[in-house]
Amino acid sequence: MTRLWKSPTVAVGALIVGAWILVAILAPWLSPQDPLKSLTPLALPGGTGPQGQTLWLGADLLGRDILSRLIWGARPVLLLATLATGCAYLLGVTTGLIAGYVGGWTDEILSFVANVVLSFPVLVLYIVVIVSFGASPVNVVLAVTFGSAPAVFRIVRAVTVDIAARDYVAASRAQGEPAWRILLQDILPNAAPALTVDFCLRLAYSAITIGALGFLGLGLPPPAPDWGGMVSEGRALAFAFPHLVLFPCLAIASLALGLSLIADGLQADRDSR
Amino acid sequence: MTALDAPVLTVRGLSLALPKGADRPFAVEDVSFEVRRGEILCLVGESGSGKTALSHAIMGALPAGLKRSAGEIRLGDRSLTDLSAKDLRRLRGDRMAMIPQEPIAALNPSIRVGRQIEEVLELHTRMTPAARRERCLSLLAAMKIADPERVAGSWPHQLSGGQCQRAVIAMALAVHPDLLIADEPTTALDVTTQAQILTLFGDLRARGDHGILMVTHDFGVVAEVADRVAVMRHGQIVEIGPVDDILKRPTHPYSRQLIDCLPRATPEPRPAPAGDAVLSLQKVCKSYGQRQILKDIDLTLQRGSTLSIVGESGSGKSTLARLLVRLTACNAGQALMEGEDLFDLRGAALQRMRGRVQMVFQDPYGALNPRRTVGEIIGRAARLTGLDAKGAKARTLELLGLVGLPAEAYDRRPAAFSGGQRQRIGIARALATNPEILIADESVSALDVSIQAQILELLQSLQTRFGLSILFITHDLRVAGQISDTIAVLKDGEVVESGPPQAVLHSPVHPYTRALIQASPGGLA
Repeated sequence: MTRLWKSPTVAVGALIVGAWILVAILAPWLSPQDPLKSLTPLALPGGTGPQGQTLWLGADLLGRDILSRLIWGARPVLLLATLATGCAYLLGVTTGLIAGYVGGWTDEILSFVANVVLSFPVLVLYIVVIVSFGASPVNVVLAVTFGSAPAVFRIVRAVTVDIAARDYVAASRAQGEPAWRILLQDILPNAAPALTVDFCLRLAYSAITIGALGFLGLGLPPPAPDWGGMVSEGRALAFAFPHLVLFPCLAIASLALGLSLIADGLQADRDSR
Repeated sequence: MTALDAPVLTVRGLSLALPKGADRPFAVEDVSFEVRRGEILCLVGESGSGKTALSHAIMGALPAGLKRSAGEIRLGDRSLTDLSAKDLRRLRGDRMAMIPQEPIAALNPSIRVGRQIEEVLELHTRMTPAARRERCLSLLAAMKIADPERVAGSWPHQLSGGQCQRAVIAMALAVHPDLLIADEPTTALDVTTQAQILTLFGDLRARGDHGILMVTHDFGVVAEVADRVAVMRHGQIVEIGPVDDILKRPTHPYSRQLIDCLPRATPEPRPAPAGDAVLSLQKVCKSYGQRQILKDIDLTLQRGSTLSIVGESGSGKSTLARLLVRLTACNAGQALMEGEDLFDLRGAALQRMRGRVQMVFQDPYGALNPRRTVGEIIGRAARLTGLDAKGAKARTLELLGLVGLPAEAYDRRPAAFSGGQRQRIGIARALATNPEILIADESVSALDVSIQAQILELLQSLQTRFGLSILFITHDLRVAGQISDTIAVLKDGEVVESGPPQAVLHSPVHPYTRALIQASPGGLA
């Protein structure tokens, strides 16, 4: 673990992601303004509000402070991305372990379902799910889980098939260990290194997806501060007032970059061993 | 001294430094020797002795972390140690060539074999394509490949291990190198194939065109082909001399120890196993699809005795082991243990049987979960017998003592142990359920000879102590001869001969058994 922190890639990534996590936790104290309160519509970065407050990143169409909205907006994106990726992993790992270890018909059926889901363009899939169930945080998590679980399933299944053929699994089977113990003690821990890299990358994808859903109006219902939603609202005026879209875009990009850097560092660390 | 007598390879005072923090300062320390044209010098040593590092240093391909700190390597009259990378590259292949251990891994799987040989000629000669083609075929023919045309047109995966190794040797010989370095060239091959390849090396030596440096761990191979032997230990050559001197009158204690560790070919007479049959196989068959792996196997294991099953790869011996511990299902036949058919058990009865029949695996590196401590690995098995956590710990510590490992092993992970120690852990795990039958599937074949001898000794002492019945699966007739009460020879899924070791080894009836005995490197007698 200590060796990991010496990698500059991981350190920079962790710094960015850590900063966003801190921002999300400390939002009530960090945010200079109420993110929902109308101050000076379309104020430029560094402009002033009605009571002489400095609006560091300007204000949006409805006069809400962009900096405060970004700070509060970190909460839903981090929470939902983590929840969605976690759920996708719970589903993908469970089914992947079973399919890879049991094989036969179980594997055929689970793999078929996964392939069917994977054959849809992801974004279309999200839209279908959210349009049919309505836009809400729970449904965003559901949609992203549904969209990423099959990919997780495929990775876990492949790793499981490989590990299940090793002699230490044969030894446990010959000893009469129950299958669930073999899965949890022999296979999962040895599959974990391959999965941590994917988990970080998938977290980045989920953050981007949640941004994209917000942009399409399928994320959090307004007026909640939502990075994707902010880009969408500012889009029409983006040429005249680039700050409306620039800062939320930077927020999404920096979070995704931070997570990808961590994933890269983990991967490099695995390769070097 | 004429040019002909001049050594092809001279190594003088060579030392290769290991990076700081390694278990010793030098991988190779102050090593000097020569190889002459028309001779085979065998470099013998156990794993970690530095023999591979040395051969790589001569090829100019030192693994990362190693540095030459002193000494000189000369190929003919040229010093290799101060050549530029480019000159060295030209010399490699031109005047020296290497034959690696895994022939299949040495060939590019997506290029036809003939093309790969021609590529060497293309790089190092100015032959026309037609001449290259012809030379390639004549090389393959010289390697005693029956139909060079077909082999040249084949992909590597279509060839057997022996054919691949011949093709690799042909490739190495393509441009008449002065020096051939063969790194364990027959270790990955079956005995009969090994014998053929060793004959090929004998022919090469007789032609007198090349000097051959052969790295090996097997004194059988040494006895078969070497002119001179250098014994390596901890990076130093402890003894070097003509093969007869070293094999018959070793002066260094380590050489003597290595030679003493060789499995005795002549089995000591043992009393015929007197116990009742603990396991009897009747007409056991197994097939995968159309391919029949085992055909009507009938065998009996007497209580407290050792039955060895000897066969080459593909003979079905590992399949038999996996059938008996119920890792795969059998198609037909019975395995009777006290009147119960092992293949027929389910549920609780199967669980009880699993405790009574245990297996020790071949690869000490793959058979232990790298993420668990030794205590967890053995403790899990112990808990399956119904012990609680405390009882399992006590039992695990007892087992560790039994297989000769210190109690400190309990909290370490497998990576902290050597191959032999890991095999002891595997044995302790198998013993945790108090089995009556122990199946050892090539359990010593991945180990150095001295370690192999220790593990065999351990198995035998455990056998006498607990009255274990052992089913010992091996490709090595010498090992089988040393430890078994009965030997069964398996070929293409059929038992072609079985009986007490003296009968099987000294008066074999089946031609295949005779061929196996003949092919055993160093001879069995």
